[in-house]
Amino acid sequence: MNKPLKQIHLAAHFPGVNNTTVWSDPRSGSHIEFSSFAHFARTAERAKFDFLFLAEGLRLREQGGQIYDLDVVGRPDTFTVLAALAAVTEHLGLTGTINSTFNEPYEVARQFASLDHLSGGRSAWNVVTSWDAFTGENFRRGGFLPKEERYSRAKEFLATTHELLDSWHGDEILADQETGAFLRDAKAGSFVHTGQHFDIHGRFNVPRSPQGRPVVFQAGDSEEGREFAASDADAIFSRYATLEAGQAFYADVKNRLPKYGRRPDQLLILPAATFTLADTDAEAEELAKEVRRQQVSGATALKHLEFVWNRDLSSYDPDGPLPDIDPDVSDQHISKGRAQVRMYRDPLATAREWRELAAAHNWSIRDLVIETGNRQNFIGSAATIARTINEFVQADASDGFILVPHITPTGLDDFADQVVPLLQEQGVFRTEYEGPTLRHHLGLAHPDHAPEAAGV
Amino acid sequence: MSSTPASPLHLAVALDGTGWHPASWREPVARPRDLFTAAHWTGLIQEAERGLLDFVTIEDGLGPQSSLFPAPDDRTDQVRGRLDAVLIASRVAPLTRHIGLVPTVIATHTEPFHISKAIATLDYVSTGRAGLRVQISPRSNEADHFGRRTVPRIEFPDLALAEQAVTDLFDEAADHVEVVRRLWDSWEDDAEIRDAATGRFIDRDKLHYIDFEGRHFSVKGPSITPRPPQGQPLVTALAHDTVPYRLVARAADVGYITPHDTAEARDIVARIRAEQQAAGRADETLHVFGDLVVFLDDEPGAARARKERLDTLAGEPYTSDALVFTGTPTELADLLQELAAGGLTGFRLRPAVDGHDLPAITRGLVPELQRRGAFRSAYEADTLRGLLGLSRPANRYAPHAATA
Ligand SMILES: Cc1cc2nc3c(=O)[nH]c(=O)nc-3n(C[C@H](O)[C@H](O)[C@H](O)COP(=O)(O)O)c2cc1C
Repeated sequence: MNKPLKQIHLAAHFPGVNNTTVWSDPRSGSHIEFSSFAHFARTAERAKFDFLFLAEGLRLREQGGQIYDLDVVGRPDTFTVLAALAAVTEHLGLTGTINSTFNEPYEVARQFASLDHLSGGRSAWNVVTSWDAFTGENFRRGGFLPKEERYSRAKEFLATTHELLDSWHGDEILADQETGAFLRDAKAGSFVHTGQHFDIHGRFNVPRSPQGRPVVFQAGDSEEGREFAASDADAIFSRYATLEAGQAFYADVKNRLPKYGRRPDQLLILPAATFTLADTDAEAEELAKEVRRQQVSGATALKHLEFVWNRDLSSYDPDGPLPDIDPDVSDQHISKGRAQVRMYRDPLATAREWRELAAAHNWSIRDLVIETGNRQNFIGSAATIARTINEFVQADASDGFILVPHITPTGLDDFADQVVPLLQEQGVFRTEYEGPTLRHHLGLAHPDHAPEAAGV
Repeated sequence: MSSTPASPLHLAVALDGTGWHPASWREPVARPRDLFTAAHWTGLIQEAERGLLDFVTIEDGLGPQSSLFPAPDDRTDQVRGRLDAVLIASRVAPLTRHIGLVPTVIATHTEPFHISKAIATLDYVSTGRAGLRVQISPRSNEADHFGRRTVPRIEFPDLALAEQAVTDLFDEAADHVEVVRRLWDSWEDDAEIRDAATGRFIDRDKLHYIDFEGRHFSVKGPSITPRPPQGQPLVTALAHDTVPYRLVARAADVGYITPHDTAEARDIVARIRAEQQAAGRADETLHVFGDLVVFLDDEPGAARARKERLDTLAGEPYTSDALVFTGTPTELADLLQELAAGGLTGFRLRPAVDGHDLPAITRGLVPELQRRGAFRSAYEADTLRGLLGLSRPANRYAPHAATA
């Protein structure tokens, strides 16, 4: 007998601060008005998606000492917009990226517990660890956290948050109007946490929420990041969405689970991916090329090259050859507040490789960025896209995808109308939500109902 | 009948749990098991909107409610636990259209950067109806929830120490509000240009570093969230003494005070106006609202009897920092108009039992005030600032039209 078909998980990433978004398209709407978020969320829910995803950055990006102005700039507060979205949806999970360096456990635990109550159990937390002093300048604590400590703080932050959330068990509120007993236990919410990063004690003041704890996502890619995901996360938001890279990442991370006493189905791998949908595969290929040229203007291409070269390249012609000078490898980086920069761990090697690629294909700077800078893009007719997504999932390149369309807020509409029904016909995607909480959608155990396999 | 036509009043309600009386949750209308659901808050705020009220405030705290001032108590007979007020306001925003939403934020422990973008976002999701009520936390047990600082334990007999500690916390709150306000202005309104010709999404010259340096924190900016629809959402604060009066006078759009009679109201308003003058804000609209706890019943004597019944359930008579009113809507309307003569422009009513006294406000008091020409008969503006007669402020960082 064949292996049973995996069910696909699908989520929608509101396209924000990155060059995925084609903001110059006439169909592109506001990135900040609530009506855009509401439209996007309702489409995702109509398509029976697992959840909506929001990224976050706590300081506006800069390049060459100036605020970066070529991509969308500006976004709402994560918790606040998710709480409002809970009012215009019924089932859709609400996943927020919240940084563990520039927040405090007591507040974040309250916010997630509140969001979980106010959404009937639909909250999830993408724990990110950006630590830099640049972002720190917006906060009281400043940039005190050394890079090496980002995951030790994140791990302790998450554990502390769980201690706070678990300090209510769910049976404390009697609210017995006859006897006058509101609480069963006067000490509800008591906690003591003593650790390297947090030394706190007292009473947590939000009663247990429907999911008990938010679903936990992780998005870092370093060795420490992968270990953190294997030990602590319910899902990974990864950037490896091509078949080969996806399979390699999937195997790597799932193989780390047994040492934490966890099963493969306790950690979902959900890469970011985009799609270009048209009536025929050929039309979609054409359209994808057009979209890529809109996403990567000449100015954007030069800025992208600067991530690697770490030099001002504004005097270069984006339609001309790559610079023959080498990258500046000093610690001071020209680009600030941008997670992608860390993707290029060896700039000298990357520069060499890119020059060879460009020479071999006769690519200009802009061609090179267009050709190499792409993330996984499912291109084709609805049938092609549905088939490819299913193939990737069945081949263990992922457990599903977090889709980032390139138009706000209507970029998901066609996918919902055309691709989702095909996945449903193939029996690999739900036709109705099976339960009320995000844990139901993701097939994850509820912390209050089933002991975790790790147990100890 | 009063011979002088009354000037219109503004009305807000303060929502906290099931109401301000500690036994309020035991009333049949209270449905205390729903307290932690969206439906509870949506129902209350929609009721307030049916009454055409200017706004609701939502209480909050970074620790459990307590009957003891400086520490948690071990009581099991009162409501304990609450949801984050900003998230409640945001959850209800798309389900309401006119009423202002003013959650409490705690300046002592929260980051002004986070608060600024949260309230800006509340303004976006409510299309211009957001505000905040800034509050300090002088409780050492709440400081222990953060572990970053200690606050001196304030014992009431030791008022000198208490005053110094409270002054410091209010100074910090003033800095907090200043940072929040600068961040709201850190984007000019027309910063988003989407200039396809140059490929620029924003005009970076219209974004501003706020470069705030204070005793307690420094913040660089700009905000990650563009300037909110109202430009500056409403800033409000409750004030009981000179130091907080100063915060209200310098930083707020609405201050709540707790006078017990018209003479006291007049005195406090005069002190706030003097501080406002000293702060160079004399020409700006600053509302001073009176706070009152209300038990409202149509039958004469019924409200007092209800309070006594609730006091018996609670085991002690209910007292408050604010005047505690028991009576009929007509009597309350009389009292409000009398207090208003002391210079108050509105009131923030604290319903003793939300499920009872809020509808009594919206369906009893409001029609009574309308009959007297002292309250609106329809919402006359789309934004909270508009309802309160506050203009949309110019951006402090934008060049003036004359020099542009
Ligand atoms: C796909 C992906 C998405 C990410 N999204 C965010 C984000 O929205 N906000 C953020 O601050 N960091 C984001 N990050 C950064 C990481 O979460 C992480 O904190 C950072 O890369 C440092 O950890 P690392 O060294 O393990 O990669 C993202 C990373 C990846 C791979």
